[in-house]
Amino acid sequence: MKEQTTRAMWWRSPSFILDNRQQQPNDTARRDALSIPLSSPLPPSTTMADPNPNPNPNPNPLTDKISAYYQTRAAHHGVVSSDWLAQAQAAVGHLPEGDDDASNNDQGAPSGKPFSVIDEFNNWRKQPDLAEAVAAIRALAAVIRNSQATTMMELEIELKKASDSLKSWDTTSISLTAGCDLFMRYVTRTSALEYEDFNSAKTRLIERAEKFGEISYKARKIIAMLSQDFIFDGCTILVHGFSRVVLEVLKTAAQSKKLFRVFCTEGRPDRTGLRLSNELAKLDVPVKLLIDSAVAYSMDEVDMVFVGADGVVESGGIINMMGTYQIALVAHSMNKPVYVAAESYKFARLYPLDQKDMGPALRPIEFGVPIPSKVEVETSARDYTPPQYLTLLFTDLGVLTPSVVSDELIQLYL
Amino acid sequence: MDPRRPPRTVPDPKVRHVGFFAPGADAPPPPDRSNSAPPDPLSSSPPAAAHLTPPGTSISPVMIPPPRHSAAPLSPRRRDSFIVGSYSGKRFLDVGSPTASTASATDDWALPTSADSAWVGDTVGAGASSLPPVGSAAMIAKGLASSVPATAGLTAVSNVHRSAGVSGKPSGAASKVQGDKPKQSKPLKEKTTKAERRALQEAQRAAKAAAKGVGGKASVHMSEVVLASDVESVEVPKAHFQRNDIAAVNEKKVIDRQLEKDRKKDVPQPRMQYDDKSRVEKAKKRAVLKQTEARNRVELFRHLPQYERGTLLPDLQSRFFQLDPVHPAISKVGFQYLSGDISGSNARCIAMLQAIREAIIDYSVPPGKALVRDLTSKIGSYVSFLIECRPLSISMGNAIRYLKNRIAKLPLTLSESEAKATVVADIDRFIHDKIILADKMIVKHAVTKIRDGDVLLTYGSSSVVEMILLHAHELGKQFRVVVVDSRPKLEGQLLLRKLVGKGLSCTYTHINAISYIMHEVSRVFLGASSVLSNGTVYSRVGTACVAMVAHTFHVPVMVCCETYKFHERVQLDSICSNELGDPDVICKVRGRDEINFLDGWTNGNNLQLLNLIYDATPSDYVSMIITDYGMVPPTSVPVIVREYRKEQLWI
Repeated sequence: MKEQTTRAMWWRSPSFILDNRQQQPNDTARRDALSIPLSSPLPPSTTMADPNPNPNPNPNPLTDKISAYYQTRAAHHGVVSSDWLAQAQAAVGHLPEGDDDASNNDQGAPSGKPFSVIDEFNNWRKQPDLAEAVAAIRALAAVIRNSQATTMMELEIELKKASDSLKSWDTTSISLTAGCDLFMRYVTRTSALEYEDFNSAKTRLIERAEKFGEISYKARKIIAMLSQDFIFDGCTILVHGFSRVVLEVLKTAAQSKKLFRVFCTEGRPDRTGLRLSNELAKLDVPVKLLIDSAVAYSMDEVDMVFVGADGVVESGGIINMMGTYQIALVAHSMNKPVYVAAESYKFARLYPLDQKDMGPALRPIEFGVPIPSKVEVETSARDYTPPQYLTLLFTDLGVLTPSVVSDELIQLYL
Repeated sequence: MDPRRPPRTVPDPKVRHVGFFAPGADAPPPPDRSNSAPPDPLSSSPPAAAHLTPPGTSISPVMIPPPRHSAAPLSPRRRDSFIVGSYSGKRFLDVGSPTASTASATDDWALPTSADSAWVGDTVGAGASSLPPVGSAAMIAKGLASSVPATAGLTAVSNVHRSAGVSGKPSGAASKVQGDKPKQSKPLKEKTTKAERRALQEAQRAAKAAAKGVGGKASVHMSEVVLASDVESVEVPKAHFQRNDIAAVNEKKVIDRQLEKDRKKDVPQPRMQYDDKSRVEKAKKRAVLKQTEARNRVELFRHLPQYERGTLLPDLQSRFFQLDPVHPAISKVGFQYLSGDISGSNARCIAMLQAIREAIIDYSVPPGKALVRDLTSKIGSYVSFLIECRPLSISMGNAIRYLKNRIAKLPLTLSESEAKATVVADIDRFIHDKIILADKMIVKHAVTKIRDGDVLLTYGSSSVVEMILLHAHELGKQFRVVVVDSRPKLEGQLLLRKLVGKGLSCTYTHINAISYIMHEVSRVFLGASSVLSNGTVYSRVGTACVAMVAHTFHVPVMVCCETYKFHERVQLDSICSNELGDPDVICKVRGRDEINFLDGWTNGNNLQLLNLIYDATPSDYVSMIITDYGMVPPTSVPVIVREYRKEQLWI
């Protein structure tokens, strides 16, 4: 008993981790979260300048510990190199026809190559402006369209399989999982299932699926509109990292001739803040770039904090890029409002109790200098901000307080 | 800080519109009492009346007796007459002093002076008949005074006289306005008709209220009604343009009242307050058990039953076979509650339901009675017996509510045996779905929050927490348990015994050491007797202490509670509603004779022993509530309650 007590107390101290590491050979299977590979951090993968034609970065997240979600994000909004942009443009440009062709092929000639939800998803995903979850929703809608099923049950099972394969494609992405779940809920939970005629039921499902895709696609615009009331002339806004929703919000505000300035954090390690400051400078919004550790220093000048979210969890808190939690803490202690812009497809049925209570999403960090092999590196890519530090959430469902999130989720999943 | 920065209050933020907002900002402003409330006939009309009224006619037989008006300003009866008089008062002013009518410019139904005859009935009804006797008005007033019914119209008015004279109720007079109204309405202008209808409705309502008031009991209702009519009178200027408006309002009112009644039925009766002497006396007369009250009751908790337990059990046992109105299964369970053999709200609820189930199986409808009503009253009597043994837990209250609901909804076409089978099936389903399956779901959810290397702390003995720990152990998770316990029940030992028996590694400590042991804990799992709709957790006394210490140490607190224990009540402290245990057990320590310092002291007048059973944990200290619907934050309890009720209606 004594021994265990002391061990438990050590569990919170660094010395325990050392102990644990010594024990590691003995019990390797356990404590996966703590056993971060001691080898030097993984090379800064192939993300920015060299986009794979079909980037499926981690089919097996256990072997290489890089979150596919963050690789995709890096590809989408890392600091943009010109050839990456060209690639992306090409993808956007040719995609619609390609997609049409694909679906036409599938519909017209079933002898063509079998429909794969992952391919479809990857097609959609190439659009830099399309969120991963929306891509998944579109892909799932395509599944219904291409389905050969003849009964409702069959169709549902097929859909379930597709969504499962999408979810397992990247387990680290919260919005992907949540988007798939919500799609299943929204689409299949309708009276369409009681229709006598399978075909009419199917068209109804497709209708609903497309409507859902449309709603999700428009979510960003709605959020931008809703948040305009909160941006007043002369205010200073602190943003963290790059978020497409936040950019949309600021863009709309700038277009409606609001006068405000923006503090951008740098957003290490992938420096997404630089990208945001680029975009804002193009809009003639005064921007100041801060290093991540200067947040507390400049907080007294700030009127509000705007952040995006990777996922909104049931407690009303958010999971977002590393650093959000500490910004929220600083803002809370200085009584500044923290606003979160997040689409409703990011609402996930998760309830983390603390920072470590989530599936880890890891990503490599570059320090510029070689790190000795004895030194451990925290490679976690995101943190959890509890609801008490958030002021409001701007979602396409409206402007919500954190506690409403769970109400919405309960009503969706009950 | 930048001094020039504008305040952070957001101009017209959208969020304001999410919750409670008035539909349409152009709604009439709230009534300014001093201005829009019509002047009291006695206080403000005399100046106008004084110079208009000849001294001879100044006192009319239908006049409201002055004492009513000089009564206490807030007494419902006075407000009652106030309302009735309100219209007449205004009208009076409109006629008498034109300047006054401009003050109430919004009243476009102000009467033109030419329509004298029109408002006689009205003013009479209102009892302010100290009017200038002009034209036909004078005639009627005179006929009234002499109480000679000349015409049909006058008969009605004299009725006013009589009723007003007899009952002395101003509003009684108002009801008679209805009688002469059809006669009077012909010469009226359209506008006044509406106004009058309105006045009439008010008067009727007031009359009803007053009639109720005679009983002297219904003063609450009365003031309610008066209040409603008061509000309505404010709305008049807006509403009276529509023709059929009043009828519609009337209809709606009826429906509203019906709804109100249903709602009232739905709301559980407030708990009996034991400091209310008369009610306690009544309850004692009905009681099956004779309980002796504790000698020195704790003053702050006078509203809760404080009985001595020791004397009760032997007494009951001796009378076991004499308790004829109660089914043996019920009385058995009752004794088990009393002796503390069954404790824990799940166990108590299941035991109660099974006892009622048995009783229903043995039940047969007495001749000449309907099953639904008789069975409901039967169950009511069982429940009151159980309450005498030990106050119901909230879970049991919910279960009983469910059961009674089910019985009330039994189709009348069912035969007796079918109906009984249905009810029994309902009980079985409740136990299975709401308790057993719910526990399984909770265990499934909670286990995901246990990681290898965790140190889990639990307090007391909760059946769900025990299941969670055992299940996590079966899954091969490596964790350690700290069982915290407290005197006098020491329920934790039972839990400890079960856990140790299954091979879990445990630490056992008393609540005194909670702040010491909390350092090493990574999760706190607590059971609950109920979760109230403000997120407050109502649980075994000591839970709040554990939760607060855990909160201070930043250890997440998870409360495991089945949904059927949720309650829509809101509770802020543990005083208003609680249960008091046997005071003797806290001053005696079992098996240790040398610490009985308090022997003989308990009879003294200056010692009060308080043994609370439950306490309320504020939601701030709870990180998560694990229910059968999943893991929710404490702020979402009302949502669950709402959805759960809905579901219960569907079943």
